[in-house]
Amino acid sequence: MTTELKLTAKDFKSDQEVRWCPGCGDYAILAAVQSFMPELGIPRENIVFISGIGCAARFPYYMQSYGMHSIHGRAPAIATGLAVSRPDLSVWVVTGDGDSLSIGGNHLIHALRRNVNVKILLFNNRIYGLTKGQYSPTSGQGKVTGSTPMGSVDYPFNPLALALGAGATFVARALDIDKPGLTEVLRRAATHRGAALVEIFQNCNIYNDGEFDYIREDKDARTYLANGEEFGSTGIVQDETDFATAFSLAQLTWEKDGVIPLGVFRDVQKDAYDDLVAAQLANARGTNDLQALVGSGDTWDIS
Amino acid sequence: MAKPVEQLESVVIRFAGDSGDGMQLTGGRFTTETALTGNDLATFPDFPAEIRAPAGSLPGVSGFQLHFADHDILTPGDRPDVLVAMNPAALKTNVRDLPKGATLIVDTDAFTDRNLKKAGYEANPLEDGSLGDYQLHAVPLTSLTVGALKEIDGVTAREAERAKNMFALGLMSWLYGRPTDSTTTYIEKKFAKRPEIAAANLKAFSTGYAFGETSEAFSVQYEVKPAKLPPGRYRQITGNAALSYGLVAASKLSGLELFLGAYPITPASSILEELSKQKAFGVRTFQAEDEIAAVGAALGASFGGGLGVTTSAGPGIVLKAETVGLGIMLELPLVIIDVQRAGPSTGMPTKPEQGDLLMVLFGRNSESPVPVLAASTPGDCFYAALEAARVAIKYRTPVYLLSDAYLANGAEPWRIPDVSALEPIPVDFARANGSEFLPYKRDPETLARPWAIPGTPGLEHRIGGLEKANETGNVSYDPENHDLMTQLRAQKVAGIEVPAQDVDHQEGADVLVLSWGGTYGPVHAGVRQVRARGRKVAHAHLRWLNPFPANLGDLLRSYDRVLVPELNAGQLLQLVRARYLVDATGYNRVTGKPFKSGEIADAVEAMT
Repeated sequence: MTTELKLTAKDFKSDQEVRWCPGCGDYAILAAVQSFMPELGIPRENIVFISGIGCAARFPYYMQSYGMHSIHGRAPAIATGLAVSRPDLSVWVVTGDGDSLSIGGNHLIHALRRNVNVKILLFNNRIYGLTKGQYSPTSGQGKVTGSTPMGSVDYPFNPLALALGAGATFVARALDIDKPGLTEVLRRAATHRGAALVEIFQNCNIYNDGEFDYIREDKDARTYLANGEEFGSTGIVQDETDFATAFSLAQLTWEKDGVIPLGVFRDVQKDAYDDLVAAQLANARGTNDLQALVGSGDTWDIS
Repeated sequence: MAKPVEQLESVVIRFAGDSGDGMQLTGGRFTTETALTGNDLATFPDFPAEIRAPAGSLPGVSGFQLHFADHDILTPGDRPDVLVAMNPAALKTNVRDLPKGATLIVDTDAFTDRNLKKAGYEANPLEDGSLGDYQLHAVPLTSLTVGALKEIDGVTAREAERAKNMFALGLMSWLYGRPTDSTTTYIEKKFAKRPEIAAANLKAFSTGYAFGETSEAFSVQYEVKPAKLPPGRYRQITGNAALSYGLVAASKLSGLELFLGAYPITPASSILEELSKQKAFGVRTFQAEDEIAAVGAALGASFGGGLGVTTSAGPGIVLKAETVGLGIMLELPLVIIDVQRAGPSTGMPTKPEQGDLLMVLFGRNSESPVPVLAASTPGDCFYAALEAARVAIKYRTPVYLLSDAYLANGAEPWRIPDVSALEPIPVDFARANGSEFLPYKRDPETLARPWAIPGTPGLEHRIGGLEKANETGNVSYDPENHDLMTQLRAQKVAGIEVPAQDVDHQEGADVLVLSWGGTYGPVHAGVRQVRARGRKVAHAHLRWLNPFPANLGDLLRSYDRVLVPELNAGQLLQLVRARYLVDATGYNRVTGKPFKSGEIADAVEAMT
C-alpha cells in the first residue's frame, strides 16, 4: 500500500452506463462502495471485483478496477483461485441471494469454511429480480410471486446463521441506503484478513418493494451492534468473538422481535487459507529442478 | 545345481487376486525389476472400482498384466503366457483369456470349498481335469509363506498370510531371472517404521525366489534379453505421472505458476496427488468442494496470470462445461484434462473408453469452439500436457486434453527428456503503453486478445460472460457484432497451428487405419501384425482432434478405404465423414478393455 495515493470516489467510476432500474437499492450500494474505496489506499489495479449472475452481479462493470462478471453462483470459487494465487490483490465478491444461496450455496459455504481472503457482499433483496420476480431462498414463507401464485411453501435461509454455521470469521449486516452504517461495515470487512460476509438488505423496488421499509423508512429503527454492549433491550451483550452470541443475534427478526441488528456480528482472527497455502509453498522441501523431477525414481541406461 | 535357462523374446504375465491381495503392488514391483533389466515393457493394471469387494468374490478380482520383451513392443499383450491366480475367483475371471499351453500358477491354499463356492465352481478345477490345456503349477503359496515366517517375532498369522504376494513375486522373479535389489530396497523403505513387517515381506520374497530355484515343479528358468531401444537414460512412467510432469514443465517453461483445481475422481486423482507433492516448483493444488469449483478456481488463477489447470474424468467434465464456456468468452488460458473412463453416468470408473470426444468438442451451449488434443501413450502424456498448455497460453483459450484410464495407470519405459532442449513458452502480459486499452483487440496473427492481469496499472478492465463488443470488450447486444465475435472465436481456434499429419505409409497400401488417443499401442501393434502377414496397410494416428491437421482431408482421400478403430460407438468416424465426405468405416468396441492387437489386425485384414 502506498500513502501517496490520492484517489476519490470518481476514480472508481467506470465509463459504463449504470443500468439498474431507477430507484433500485443497488445504486446506493455502488455509491457507498465507490466512496469508501479510496480510504483503502490500495491502487485500483490491485482491486478485483468478481460477481456471478443476477442484478447485483452487474456491479463489477461499474467499478473502475479489475473485474469479472462470471457465471451463476460460481464467483466465490473463481475468487478463491484468484485470491490464493495472487495474495497481493484485494478481492471482492458481489452476489445476490439467489446467486449465493441457491445455485452457489456450496461455493459460498466452502469459501467461508476455508477462510479465503475474499470480501463477499451479499445483496439480499429476497427475490429473483433479473428473471422478473420469482421467489428466492430468502423469501419468506407464503410469499406470492410469479412462480408461487398460492404463496411460497419454502422455509427461507437465514444468511447470517448459515455463514456462522459454515465457520465464517467475519459476519456483518448493513442496509443499502444507510451510507454511514454500510461504510463502517465495509471498513471493518476490508481490514479483516480472511473471509468476510456482509449481508446488505437491498430493496428491489420493482418485484419486492418495501421489504425492508421498517428500517429504510425509519432511521430511528436502525439499531446497531456495539461490541461489549447490550443490543437494544434484548439482554444479549455483544461479543464479536463469541459464536453463540453471534448466532443468537442472527435469529432476531423485525417481525418477531421488533428489532433487527445492523453492524458486525462476528469478527475473529484465524489464519487465512491463502496465507496457509503460501506458507506451505515457502516451506516446501524437495526439488525444484525439472531435470531431477523427470529423472526421479529407478533409472537405467541404454547405450 | 543351476537349472537350464531358456531364451524367450517376449512374455506376458498377469497377476490376479483379491483386491486386498496386493496384486497392483506385486505387478508394479515386477515391472520395476523388468525395467531395470532393460526390457521394453507395457503394463495394464485392471482393477474394480470397489476398494475391497467381498473377499473371494468375482467382482473383487484385481489384475495386473505386464508384457516385456527383448524388442520394441506397443501393448501389454492380448493374452497372458503366464497367469498367477491367487484364488478361485481370480482363476475363474481370467482363465478364459489364457491360450492353450499357457503357464498357470495357483495358490492351492485358497482353493477351499468356501472360496470355490464364492467363485461359482461346482468342482475344484485343480482336480477335475478342466485345466488340462495349461501347464499347471499348483503351489501352496499361503502355507509356504506362513511356514517361512514362523521364525519372525511380532508378526501375526494374518500379517504372515498377507505377505504371500511377496512369495509369488519372489517366485516369478526367479522364473524370469529378474534382479531383486530394487524390491529389497523398496520393502525396507516402505516398512521402515515396522521392521518386523519389513522382515516378513523380505523373508517371503526370498523364500519364493528360493522355492523356484529348488522346487522340482519348475525345471526351467527363462531369460528375456534387454531390448534395443534408442540410447539414453530410461525410467518407467505411468500416463498420470507423465501428465503431471508435463504440467510442471509447462509452468517452468512459461514462468507461470501452476494452479491445479481438482476434485477427487477415478482415474484422474493421481494427478492431483502427484502435483500436490510439487510445491517446491510453486505448484498450488486446490482440492475443491466440487468439479465446478475446481475449474472455476483454475479460471480465476488464469485471470490472475497463472497457468490454470483442472483435471477430471467424464462425470466431472460434464459439470465443468459451463465454466469452459465462460473461459471461451473470457478468452483466457485454461487446460482441462479429461482422463476418460467407461460411461455413461458413473459407468465403469476404472475402465478405459474414448467416449468423451464429442462431449468435449460440442457439449456446451451455443457456438463454443475449443481446441482438443489427445495423448497416445503413457510417456506421451508429458508432451501432450506441454502442448496443451502451450496452445492455451499462446491463443488464450481453454484447451481440452484427452487421456484415458488405460494410459493413466499403464506404465512403459520412458526415455527421460533433456529438459534444456524443450522449447520455452513465451508469455506476453499486456502493459500500458499510453494509448487506450482495448481488452478484445486481437493479435493479427493468432487472434489472441491481450492478457492484462490484475496488478497492471492503467489496464483496469472488466470481462464477463455477456457478449463483448469487438475490441473494447464492453457489453454488446448488437446483432452484427455478435455474428462477428462468433466468427472471430471460431477463426481463432480453427487457425491454431497444428503440425501436418504424418502417416506411417507402406508402398502399395490402399487401406489407411486412422486412430487417435490411447489406442495407439494396440492399433499400431495390429498394423504390424497385418504387415507381418504380408498385407499392405498405412497408419495415421491423430494428436489434434480440433483443429484437424490441414492435410488430413487430402490424406484420407488418398486411400481407397479408411478404417477408424475407436473405443466408442464411432465418434471420430462421424467427424471425418461429416467434415471430409470420406466413406470411412468404423471398428468400434466398448468393453471397458483396451483393444487387442489381434482384433485390430483381423479388422484391417478384412479390408485389405
